[in-house]
Amino acid sequence: MVQEATDNSRLIKLTVNGIEYERKVETRVTLVDFIRNELGITGTHVGCEHGVCGACTVMFDGQPVRSCIMLAVQADSHSVQTVESMSSGDQLHPIQQAFWENFGLQCGFCTPGFLLTVQDLLSRNPNPTDTEIREELSGNICRCTGYQSIIAAVKQAAIYMRQE
Amino acid sequence: MKPAPFDYYDPDSVEEVLDLLQQYGDDAKILAGGQSLGPLLNMRLSTPQIIVDLNRVADLEYYKSDNTGLRVGAMTRQSTLEDDTNLRTTQPILAASIPYIGHRSIRNRGTVGGSVAHADPAAEWPAIMLALDGTILIRNTKGTRTVDASDFYVSALTTDLEPDEILVEIQLPNWVKTSGWSFIEFSRRHGDFAILGVAAYLTLENRRCTKSRIAIIGGGPIPIRTSKAESMLIGETISDALLKDVAEQASKELDPDSDMHASADYRRHLASVLVLSALQKATERANKSGGK
Ligand SMILES: Cc1cc2nc3c(=O)[nH]c(=O)nc-3n(C[C@H](O)[C@H](O)[C@H](O)COP(=O)(O)OP(=O)(O)OC[C@H]3O[C@@H](n4cnc5c(N)ncnc54)[C@H](O)[C@@H]3O)c2cc1C
Ligand code: FES
Ligand code: FES
Repeated sequence: MVQEATDNSRLIKLTVNGIEYERKVETRVTLVDFIRNELGITGTHVGCEHGVCGACTVMFDGQPVRSCIMLAVQADSHSVQTVESMSSGDQLHPIQQAFWENFGLQCGFCTPGFLLTVQDLLSRNPNPTDTEIREELSGNICRCTGYQSIIAAVKQAAIYMRQE
Repeated sequence: MKPAPFDYYDPDSVEEVLDLLQQYGDDAKILAGGQSLGPLLNMRLSTPQIIVDLNRVADLEYYKSDNTGLRVGAMTRQSTLEDDTNLRTTQPILAASIPYIGHRSIRNRGTVGGSVAHADPAAEWPAIMLALDGTILIRNTKGTRTVDASDFYVSALTTDLEPDEILVEIQLPNWVKTSGWSFIEFSRRHGDFAILGVAAYLTLENRRCTKSRIAIIGGGPIPIRTSKAESMLIGETISDALLKDVAEQASKELDPDSDMHASADYRRHLASVLVLSALQKATERANKSGGK
């Protein structure tokens, strides 16, 4: 069915971190702005706003994507998970725990994107080499850590995840 | 608010997409994976009045191999092909090149049709289409037509597609068994657009080269096949001296740009070095695959 968007807004229904939301949204609103500004879920960060830094990474139907270059309307009838989905209460996810222990973050701006990217990496490749980690994380930019501590955190996280 | 306002349509059939394009022509823009168009909309470098989103057209997301070759529907994601380990033997150049397309999160959204149609000279797909003699299936309300990749790329970021047409499928002939290949790309950081890249495909029969393809990424405003260099190989037995001459010739056929990443001279130099390595590797693989 071709749907005519008369006032450039649409009613969309989507699941974010397991909770179903129904909202009217202007069609030009990006997914990240919708999640932060409409739903008030602010763990996902907005850096470059054009797809190059990875800060806005979310899971879309289980796959990492950049939510600054997707439209909120495209998430209609899909499911999204943000960094908030990782911990259960005060219990950190093993990847978060490993980042904490290895100083894998300083200001934390890039961290939500790194955490979800690493979650996807380790689900496809539970024991990555240093080179594989570097290649897989090459799309996420961090201005603080110098990356070495992030690599160390990922290796530690891989060990924790394999022990689970 | 980042993108300028637009009317948004997300039909679920190709027919409805084509009707919308017929109706709105130049005012409409197709949205596929959004990994090139998304940034352009956010920066308002592109301000279309109408967006026609293909993401709900399930009929465009497929790929299949048969005795004529590989056919890939326009909305197939890069990561779908990346995860199919069979392609590493049935289409080795393609399989080797896909991990170089941006990053995993880009490949989860980015589509084959989008990459081929966007025609970025620094992108992998257009050069791969040239190296593999790919063809492009195009449709409008009146019917379909097929275009060879070598005729599809017209000028910088411009293809043979008309505003009322969409790319529905790309087709690659089957891999010739007695062949060798190589895909080499140079960039500052994994996942960045190539400063220069080479796809080489050589077929040997009784030690003689019967087919050669050398396609260059980042060698000019459009993806380039260095056809003079290719023809120097035909009918010849491969020697290192010959490959060196071919690589020199290939770099002369380019028309690279200077930009903040590299000068034109540097790109030309890089081409002669990378083409030589690619041809050596391709010869080695062709010899192993029984093409001697
Ligand atoms: C950080 C980053 C890094 C990247 N690195 C690389 C890289 O290294 N190599 C690389 O190749 N690409 C790279 N890309 C680009 C990416 O591969 C894009 O996905 C691709 O260029 C376009 O595909 P898309 O499906 O996203 O198309 P879109 O962005 O949706 O569309 C691109 C253009 O093609 C048109 N179009 C799309 N589909 C069709 C169709 N079926 N018929 C007719 N017209 C159509 C659209 O109207 C638009 O003009 C990168 C992108 C980002 C954000
Ligand atoms: S904010 Fe989305 S990639 Fe930078
Ligand atoms: S911790 Fe500050 S940007 Fe990465």
